Amino acid sequence: METNNTSRKEFLTSLVASGLALAGCSTKKNPFQPAGAGAPAASGEKVKLLSVDGDIIEVDRAYLKPIPEMPFVSNLEERKGIPGKKFVMVIDLARCKNLKKCEIVCNKMHHLHSGVSWLKIYPMQAGEHTAPYWQPTTCMHCDHPPCVKVCPVDATFKRQDGIVLIDANRCVGCRFCMAACPYSIRVFNWENPDIPEELCEQEYSCETSIPQKKGTVGKCDFCPDLIRKSELPHCVTACPNGTFYFGDLNEDVVTNGAETFRFSDLIRDKAGYQLMEDLGTHPSVYFLPPVNRNFSFENGLENE
Amino acid sequence: MEQKLSAADEKIISDLLPKKFNRQGYVWIGILLAICAVGVFAYYRQIRYGLVVTGLRDYALWGLYISNFVYFVAVSLVGSLIAAVLRLSGVKWATPITRISEIIAFAAIVFAGISIMLDMGRPDRFYNLFIYGRLQSPIIWDVLVIVTYLCFSFILIYIPLLPDIRLMLNHPEKNPKFLNKIYSFFGEFWHGTEEQKAIRNKAVGVLTIGIVPAAFCIISVDAWLFATTYRPGWDATSSEAYFISGAFLVGCGSVVVAMYVFRKYYGLEKYLTDSHFDKMGKILALLAVLYVYFNITEYMIPFFKLKNSEEAYLNSLLLGHFAPVFWFAILIGMIIPICILVFKKGRTPLPMFITGIMVVIGAWIKRYLIVPPTLLHPFLPMHNVPKNYTTYVPTWEEWAISMATIAGTLLIVTLFTRIFPIIPINELIEERHEKDNQ
Repeated sequence: METNNTSRKEFLTSLVASGLALAGCSTKKNPFQPAGAGAPAASGEKVKLLSVDGDIIEVDRAYLKPIPEMPFVSNLEERKGIPGKKFVMVIDLARCKNLKKCEIVCNKMHHLHSGVSWLKIYPMQAGEHTAPYWQPTTCMHCDHPPCVKVCPVDATFKRQDGIVLIDANRCVGCRFCMAACPYSIRVFNWENPDIPEELCEQEYSCETSIPQKKGTVGKCDFCPDLIRKSELPHCVTACPNGTFYFGDLNEDVVTNGAETFRFSDLIRDKAGYQLMEDLGTHPSVYFLPPVNRNFSFENGLENE
Repeated sequence: MEQKLSAADEKIISDLLPKKFNRQGYVWIGILLAICAVGVFAYYRQIRYGLVVTGLRDYALWGLYISNFVYFVAVSLVGSLIAAVLRLSGVKWATPITRISEIIAFAAIVFAGISIMLDMGRPDRFYNLFIYGRLQSPIIWDVLVIVTYLCFSFILIYIPLLPDIRLMLNHPEKNPKFLNKIYSFFGEFWHGTEEQKAIRNKAVGVLTIGIVPAAFCIISVDAWLFATTYRPGWDATSSEAYFISGAFLVGCGSVVVAMYVFRKYYGLEKYLTDSHFDKMGKILALLAVLYVYFNITEYMIPFFKLKNSEEAYLNSLLLGHFAPVFWFAILIGMIIPICILVFKKGRTPLPMFITGIMVVIGAWIKRYLIVPPTLLHPFLPMHNVPKNYTTYVPTWEEWAISMATIAGTLLIVTLFTRIFPIIPINELIEERHEKDNQ
């Protein structure tokens, strides 16, 4: 941690700052909402606010307008991605004890159909006499994605920031991408997903992946909607053991929220590897081998 | 051309003109229509509730529909085998069975396309394939080659039909009114002039050559649908050759079955002779041997090596869960047919008919065994999934829809024989005249 340099500090500060800023106005029922939307008439009631310069200012309540939580991102921008970024994830297998917090939060936040998970934790054992370990598995967001190669309609696509997403408004449901994915991470909406009605009516966004639609494919999306807000993906923040690190390869930095590392150092020092790299898929997710573990494999069995 | 017709020619014409269905025929059509109706109802349920009504789940994500698709594509290859490969190699005896094989090929390729659509989660977005289609996807290759092959097949049936349509137009009083309308729509312009004949011969010549690469394309793309993925069992380098040899075999088998049925039903013993069965039997035997060979390279060589990723898959296929079905398909699809066909007695019509049915059923099972067994053995373990995710058991809806596609294929072939002569009359007469002149 003492190796922190300015750029990493900035990265963290920006994460925290934006998180705080958004916490204030993220609720649906905004107290600042003027009664008669449209043409506001001065109500005479003043509200004290803190300006960006740190001065206390007074504004008429009627003139207050909530800033939308997220600026609108068009489908074209969603397909392009965030310029200048190359997102990577590092999963430290020594820290996973199959708590499943990541999976539970991911399912909840993406409003997945009951029984469906995008993030799966596999009990892995390479050989008969090798040690078993828990392997949380997200989408690998491959740089040579087999799923994107075979998609007939460009419904699943690779962005310039490295993220592979799905456009459920375009997907024809042929499931070729699922057959092509060697990691079996893709899931299909075999029926109407059981999600709240107001979500169903919401316009689908490739970045939130909400709402999932019948007859289309879904998968882990690296939470690009959170990244746009400079927040970490749900699984990263949910894990109490800090198993997941997320960051930007161009800045060469990854963080699990509590600790931040230079990505290249982490991979070098802990002998990071990619899953099934022999297939030539070039995953964006790296694994740190389960050495010097925090928990024994058996610890995780109680959550099965 | 008409004044030259001898009594023998008239006999051929009256023997071969399409005939009204008898009671058996109507019962047969009734059964096919009923199967189709059940299939349509099942498909309605699939549209309404989603693919959840099928036995497909995240691991076994393709099942009966894709197996059927592969099967139909395989069957359709026979059109090019009989019509083109035999014709180009100067085989004359195959003339009476060209149209049978072409109409089977046409019907099969139609339902191959339909099977793909049946499998789609969002068939309502089918047009996306044309709006957003990307050439790099094997599915788009498939769309392109299937449409191409469909056009080729259609024209290759249509052009040789023209003189026969003229024959039927010459006796309009013998045909129901609506058929006369169909005939004049399709063939009114044909008068059999020398110029028209020259164009026809040229067109057929171009098509018979052109359909061979088109046919090899559809079956190769079919193999590539699987070979372009990273899955144990879909990785073999020889998959295209394996698919093509299997396709020739099943197509040939289905033609033999159709030959027997038409011969029996329409009394065509003079045209589909024992010698035809004998020769088709030899071809069938050869193709079966070839398919055995490719099965060895496809399964036995990987099994010898037993790579880590393929171990579970090959064990379940050759020794485990799928083994009874696998060996059953090998036996009835290849081994028993070869044993029957090596004997001269085995190449007579009835044994050939039974062999043909065995080949056709065995081939269907083989297609089925290409799809779910591989999908049920992914690289990462199946863990924490509902129990029905780990196996694949097709539901009644899937069976009903699949049966309906097969019934639909048979319906096209059946109705075709009612409308058009199933044995090319004009070509037979022309060949007879050629022989006489010599």
